[in-house]
Amino acid sequence: MAYIVRRALYAIPILIGVNIITFVLFFVLNSPDDMARLHLGTKHVTPEAISAWKHEHGYDKPLLFNARRDGIEALTDTIFFRNSARLFAFDFGLSDSGRDIGHDIAQRMWPSLAIAVPTLLVGLAINITLALMLALFRATYLDFWGVVIAVAMMSISSLFYIIGGQFLLGKLLHLVPISGYDTGAAAWKFLVLPVIVGVISGIGSGVRWYRTLFLEEIGKDYVRTARAKGLGEMRLMFAHVLRNALIPILTGVVVILPLLFMGSLLVESFFGIPGLGSYTIDAINRQDFAIVRSMVFLGSVMYILGLILTDVSYTLVDPRVRLS
Amino acid sequence: MTPVLLWTDLLLFVLLGGIALFVWHARRHDHLRRPWRYVAGSRVGMATAVILSAYVVIGVLDSLHFQPHGGKASDDVLSLFDWLVGDLREHQEKTYSAPFSAWLYAKESIEQPDGTIVRAYPRLRWGGAALRDPRRERGADIARRVGLGAGAALLLLAALYLPLAWRIARRDGVSLGAALHGLFIRRRGRVAWPAFHLTMAVLVVSAGVLIALAAGYHVFGTDKVGEDVFYQALKSIRTGLLIGTLTTLVMLPAALLLGILAGYYRGWIDDLIQYLYTTLSSIPGVLLIAAAILMLQVYMAEHAAEFDSLARRADLRLLFLCVILGITSWTTLCRLLRGETLKLRELEYVQAARAFGVRGPAILSRHILPNVMHIVLISIVLDFSGLVLAEAVLAYVNIGVDPTMNSWGNMINSARLELAREPIVWWSLAAAFVFMFVLVLAANLFADVVRDAFDPRLGRGRG
Repeated sequence: MAYIVRRALYAIPILIGVNIITFVLFFVLNSPDDMARLHLGTKHVTPEAISAWKHEHGYDKPLLFNARRDGIEALTDTIFFRNSARLFAFDFGLSDSGRDIGHDIAQRMWPSLAIAVPTLLVGLAINITLALMLALFRATYLDFWGVVIAVAMMSISSLFYIIGGQFLLGKLLHLVPISGYDTGAAAWKFLVLPVIVGVISGIGSGVRWYRTLFLEEIGKDYVRTARAKGLGEMRLMFAHVLRNALIPILTGVVVILPLLFMGSLLVESFFGIPGLGSYTIDAINRQDFAIVRSMVFLGSVMYILGLILTDVSYTLVDPRVRLS
Repeated sequence: MTPVLLWTDLLLFVLLGGIALFVWHARRHDHLRRPWRYVAGSRVGMATAVILSAYVVIGVLDSLHFQPHGGKASDDVLSLFDWLVGDLREHQEKTYSAPFSAWLYAKESIEQPDGTIVRAYPRLRWGGAALRDPRRERGADIARRVGLGAGAALLLLAALYLPLAWRIARRDGVSLGAALHGLFIRRRGRVAWPAFHLTMAVLVVSAGVLIALAAGYHVFGTDKVGEDVFYQALKSIRTGLLIGTLTTLVMLPAALLLGILAGYYRGWIDDLIQYLYTTLSSIPGVLLIAAAILMLQVYMAEHAAEFDSLARRADLRLLFLCVILGITSWTTLCRLLRGETLKLRELEYVQAARAFGVRGPAILSRHILPNVMHIVLISIVLDFSGLVLAEAVLAYVNIGVDPTMNSWGNMINSARLELAREPIVWWSLAAAFVFMFVLVLAANLFADVVRDAFDPRLGRGRG
């Protein structure tokens, strides 16, 4: 417990660092004037319009220190405090187009989860099964061609999986809608295709990686001992190899768990799913800096959370590891 | 004609120079040569190396830039490659046309000789232009070109290999057929030469066929503005290669220095460096890239006057993209290097050096650095394919290379909407897919061989 608290405290300087980096990137390298000009267009833009835009979005304050205010106000009434420091309280403020970012995020995380969680679970089941099969038939033609196919599948850009899936299942076979989303349970038919595409595009690297883990485990001494004692190959694989190889697999999954709800940028925007991924992409395309900034911060929080969870999960599944 | 040196060209040549230096250095050191001997002995390694070098040759030719009319601002920046394939670049149609087609893909009003106007598919200006009646003659013409191209390529191969086989036959006292068999099929000695020669032969023949076909047709059709897709795909090779290699290269010095320092000195230096890379790696990569590219766009819009040509602007954006991608990916390498240095610093020879009073910097450069170089090399090779794939994804999010630059990502991105057309336009996607798939597959397979060669646990690299 004390360890978790310490790790959480250790996260604070990292988040401060992240915040400073985004702050420098967004406000120091480019002045708010530049941003205003980008939003209002480069032609026919008056200084009044720029200062009006800046005032409207609260970018007309000094960067770090407001000399015109007294006491604590000198620090709080600045761009840094209002736009960056407030993120620590998960107060995201308003987007450049005037919407409440926190509300948007809370609303949009569910579609993201509805795609990411099934993709992860189904993908995990399929990858482990296939990898276990290849490991069982190791050094045969099945294994060889399995690895060749896995490498070939790895070499295909995920864009092609998405485009191919949409074209084949959506346009040619008319099995599922190509893109879109619906509320509640009616959303399932919109989710099938993204999940299938997500699973297939992950098979190549997943199977190859898990196969390596299994083979590494098979080469260990305790497996040889078990085999020497007369344990059957199937029993050996499931009772010993699978169980021990699950440790790295599990911890690998735990790292990405918190990031799941950030959604997948590509899948969501291709399939028109109103999740956080497409939210981010839209923000990038509309050049809405407030949203991009919030998502950068949120992403870092999730990453750090993932690291902490990994450490904790190690102690849960592997009694040899002690937290210290 | 004035030569033009873009930033990325310069870095590419620095990289090539570095590789040449490494090869020259490694030739004289047996322990450095050993892993490569393993690679050379692997059939997959040799075959993929040939394919990768073919890509590299095109990429390098495409990096020798010049301005044909003496460096005025309006002058296009061309490359040696553009000059070599001149026809391909200049053969512009009006709009879409299918691969090997002799007609445009959209109907137009054409005035007949007798004055009437009909809606029909007009003939292409270049594709199949030599044919009088393409409907009947096209099949035969394509077959003729394939035959000619393959024949010329086979003649070239014969001119190259027959003297070689003849010399081997003379030297070993065997028949010519046996010598050829030895060259292409049966392997003698450690090096997998048959795989090399066979891949080379396949490559030369397919290049011959493609050249013969591309002279008369648009092999992969044309895109919306009528540009030859085959030419675009070839031009994209340079972009893909640069992103795959320069990204790792630009951040390499930082990763090396910081990783080794953190691992060797430990203490507060270690803490600081660890803090630095944990912070950087905790920012989601795509978002950091997006933020940085947004900022670059703002900067470029503000300082438009500083970029005198489109090529320079696109080039700067490519370089900047490499740097940003590098910043998001160097942390993994840095962590690996730190771990390895932590291990190395406890080894006897480093302890001995320290006991003899060798100073820190000397130990780092003489004893630690050479022994972590294999990690650097493996990670460069392993990262390559992932970066080539990442370029396509970034282009889709509009934060990739400049939209005016040829890249597979841009090709896919612009072709994406064309799939919704009826009838669909599939050839841009197909071309980008084929070229990317071959490069990434070759790179993945080659990376596997290289990793095996350096993996001490396998113990195979010591042959």
